[in-house]
Amino acid sequence: MSGVERSLPSDEARELIELVRELIAREIAPRVAADEEAHAFPRDVFTKLGRAGLLSLPFAEEYGGGGQPYEVYLQVLEELSGAWLTVGLGVSVHTLASFPVAAYGSEAQRKRLLPDMLGGETLGAYCLSEPESGSDAAALRTAAVRDGDAYRITGTKAWITHAGVADFYALMARTAEHKSRGISCFHVPAGTPGLAAAAPEHKMGMHASPTAQLSLDGLRLPEDLRVGEEGQGFPIAMAALDAGRLGIAACSVGVAQAALDAAVDYAKERRQFGRPIAEFQGLSFLLADAATQIAAARALYLEAARRKDAGRPYGPEAAMAKLFASDVAMRVTTDAVQVFGGYGYVADFPVERYMREAKVLQIVEGTNQIQRLVIGRHLTTR
Amino acid sequence: MNIVVCVKQVPDTASERNLKTDDKTLDREAADGLMNELDEYAVEEALQIKEAQGGEVTVLTMGPDKAAETIRKALSMGADKAVHLVDDALHGSDALQTSAALAQALRKIGFDLVILGSESTDARTGVLAAMLAERLGVPQLSLAGKVEIDGGNVRVERQTDYGHDKVEGSLPAVVSVVEKINEPRYPSFKGIMAAKKKPVEKLAVGDIELDAAAVGLGNAPTQVVEFAAAPPRAAGTIVTDEGEGGAQAADFLASKKFV
Repeated sequence: MSGVERSLPSDEARELIELVRELIAREIAPRVAADEEAHAFPRDVFTKLGRAGLLSLPFAEEYGGGGQPYEVYLQVLEELSGAWLTVGLGVSVHTLASFPVAAYGSEAQRKRLLPDMLGGETLGAYCLSEPESGSDAAALRTAAVRDGDAYRITGTKAWITHAGVADFYALMARTAEHKSRGISCFHVPAGTPGLAAAAPEHKMGMHASPTAQLSLDGLRLPEDLRVGEEGQGFPIAMAALDAGRLGIAACSVGVAQAALDAAVDYAKERRQFGRPIAEFQGLSFLLADAATQIAAARALYLEAARRKDAGRPYGPEAAMAKLFASDVAMRVTTDAVQVFGGYGYVADFPVERYMREAKVLQIVEGTNQIQRLVIGRHLTTR
Repeated sequence: MNIVVCVKQVPDTASERNLKTDDKTLDREAADGLMNELDEYAVEEALQIKEAQGGEVTVLTMGPDKAAETIRKALSMGADKAVHLVDDALHGSDALQTSAALAQALRKIGFDLVILGSESTDARTGVLAAMLAERLGVPQLSLAGKVEIDGGNVRVERQTDYGHDKVEGSLPAVVSVVEKINEPRYPSFKGIMAAKKKPVEKLAVGDIELDAAAVGLGNAPTQVVEFAAAPPRAAGTIVTDEGEGGAQAADFLASKKFV
């Protein structure tokens, strides 16, 4: 249980963190190991989080949002991810999927869709990647062709978190030839004929969170479920991803902190050569390095979040935070397994799970190579 | 429907709880304070009745300043307003005195229905509902696993060892609830925000027409004479299975009335 002492901007944020910790202790922590082993998606947890207002935090109050700055929302995400990445990353993905309607939707779309999205009644998935377009996202080929007052959408989306369990899909599809300006964003409700999720991928970690391909076979979608203008899809997707990268940075710090907390507890209890192994400098230095890296990663994402909250550009800073924090998570979780020795390599303790979870954070929402590309481009083209 | 829920702040059962050596009362500073768990079910039931029937839910607590945290929790779950009975003169009051004070407060607030948890995790006397009903001269429906309001009547399923009894009474009434009755909601973030703006009225002994000489540790009709730490757990019984271990285990469970 991470009891990180947080810098929070308000009393309400402090009470929010308390609420999150109570929900974690009572509703999340007791079932993580069993649900991960059973590959059981905890849909009910998202409903509970939604009813408690935790899926609405960064959105405007006039649409039922919590009106919280990213600085606060991300720390909630960090707490959730430390308890269970399936939930923390799931909330981040849901925010990503809700973002297009919240930020670019028509007034009618917002009024109709946002209350359920933010209240936990509907869970979202974000569909940009395809089997042959990952880092080169604008190369996507899923086609949306005009058909009267509707679109016919055909194609395959890949690596879709919540595929098959989501209630709606924020989906990017091609409406014109131009590579980046020919993409549009759509809101696709689950159950629309022509929409099918494949069997979940067999992932290294996050077993309780289904990830699968999604196929669209001539799916007919009314025009009023296009979000934003035709051709606006790529900028929407990229804006969502800038914020989403901050989410992944926070998830990473959460996993790293959980691993460190477990390692510290174990090192204080485990005795060898007549004393707790924590008293050996070789081990305590390892813990000290981990704590330092985590503190730096947290400071980095919070600084980027404060830039966003202040309305300043934050894309490169979000990329730095995602890159650094997910690398820290990989390093710290690997070291935590080392602290546990043989016990770290078996599933009776959570650290091997943290290590498997950390790896995906270096990959999703732009690989860490793409983050470097974003940062490098920012440095050399301004 | 004017519903009053009585709630109590108790020390966290997960923390070490002690009596103070000087006046033999509970050391409330030493442990984290939480809302008594059964009271969460009482608040939930009140909110569900209000949601179905309309009306207002008032939270009533008696306790030191710190008990305001428990009021806040009930308000953030969705109760409308609160009354906090707080007065140094009340310190150390026993169940009889507490019921006298709460009954006076309830008269002042006015109510159609009073709901409370069937016991608290600290003193565990489990008598408050009965005492309140007696003092207020209204029916008591205790250990409710289900509550239905039907016009001027209240019906409950009273949980017993053998199942439940169906009990009916007229409003106004006092109902105590057990865990089975519902699943308490979590406060929502918006509820937490809204709770700050909800009215909390503080009442002292003088505000409820109660004589200060009738309450408090020094005037209590019951007294804690002595207390001692619970003895460490004795060694358990080891059953060695030589063919009839199962029978021995069953006998043991039967002797403890588990089977």
